[in-house]
Amino acid sequence: MDLGELLAIIVGAVFVSNFVLARFLGLCPFVGVSKDSDSALGMGMAVIFVMTMASLVTWFVYFYVLVPLDLTYLRTIAFILVIATLVQFVEMVIEKTSPTLHKSLGIYLPLITTNCAVLGVAVVNVDEFMTAGLARNASFIYTVVHGFSAGLGFTLALVLMAAIRERLDLVDVPRSMRGIPITFIVAGLMAIAFLGFSGLKIG
Amino acid sequence: MSAFKELTKGLYRENPVFRLALGLCPTLAVSTSVENALGMGAAATFVLVGSNVVISLLARVIPAKVRIPSFIVVIASFVTVVELVMGAYLPELAKSLGIFIPLIVVNCIILGRAEAFASKNGLWLSFLDGIGMGLGFTLAILIISAIRELLGDGKLMGYMVFGPNFQPILIMILAPGAFITIGLLMGYFNVLDARKKRKAEAAGGGR
Repeated sequence: MDLGELLAIIVGAVFVSNFVLARFLGLCPFVGVSKDSDSALGMGMAVIFVMTMASLVTWFVYFYVLVPLDLTYLRTIAFILVIATLVQFVEMVIEKTSPTLHKSLGIYLPLITTNCAVLGVAVVNVDEFMTAGLARNASFIYTVVHGFSAGLGFTLALVLMAAIRERLDLVDVPRSMRGIPITFIVAGLMAIAFLGFSGLKIG
Repeated sequence: MSAFKELTKGLYRENPVFRLALGLCPTLAVSTSVENALGMGAAATFVLVGSNVVISLLARVIPAKVRIPSFIVVIASFVTVVELVMGAYLPELAKSLGIFIPLIVVNCIILGRAEAFASKNGLWLSFLDGIGMGLGFTLAILIISAIRELLGDGKLMGYMVFGPNFQPILIMILAPGAFITIGLLMGYFNVLDARKKRKAEAAGGGR
């Protein structure tokens, strides 16, 4: 484990293989919650938090439950259950401890359970870090950092999109393209811009 | 007649991808080639039919409070079946679909149909609904993937269509092409809808 590798993971997850624009994960909230930048930021924060927690928890589930019991082929079921429970639990804790935070994040949390980016980050972690023959400590740190930076990349794309859509309200878009269709065209143009990062190599 | 309606509504009228904007992630991600699209469509249809049937049978037994987690477990079981079977018999397809096979679990089409249809209807209608929605989903990815493969690679199902002098539009195979294709297609369907409505209005006014 070294810092260069970590930096490469962060830059990779935020820019090069951005979860929304390059890997096509989490498109439903990307289209649904990007109408104004305040709610986009709220959703983004909730996703960063849940993704980091989910990476952490699924690492423990994988190495301390699934591997010893030889049940790794059940990872999809195990992960989705753990994530659903985790989201519910996080919601309860936030509701009890910080009502203000709950007010701003609360409505987004239930949506996150079926956000494919969260299960996606868990599955990508297994493929890239957990079964890649890394030392356990290293795979743990990589997994958590990857979860956090994937959430960061999602938030970046979501907030940028919300900012563009706020301006789009003032533009005369052809009637049949209004709403979701033009959002996809904008996403396509953003994806072209993000392709420019693909030459970036660190470490 | 109503059974036939349940079967065909998914194809166009309530097409899950173009009409309801559900299941977008796998639609865009695996539509790089027609072959991948067929594989993904078949896998999702199998899960959809299986989960619809099981959930319509279990709906009365499952308490309302824990229904969503129970639905997810049923769906995840079918997805695991697909994952294992595909990994054993079609390893190449499984490799190119990658993480989008386990992610069928969180495909909103499947949970949406379970919640909105299968939990309220009988076995036979739920079965038809599963097939219809699955075919609608497959049709949507097929259309998108055909456009992308044709323009981005000059091929269809792996066969050259345009001859050797064709310059492929590489961007169509890459991520941006998927977004732009689906955006334009959705816009086109909106145009068709508006035209239909205008015709209906004109016909109504003439009477």
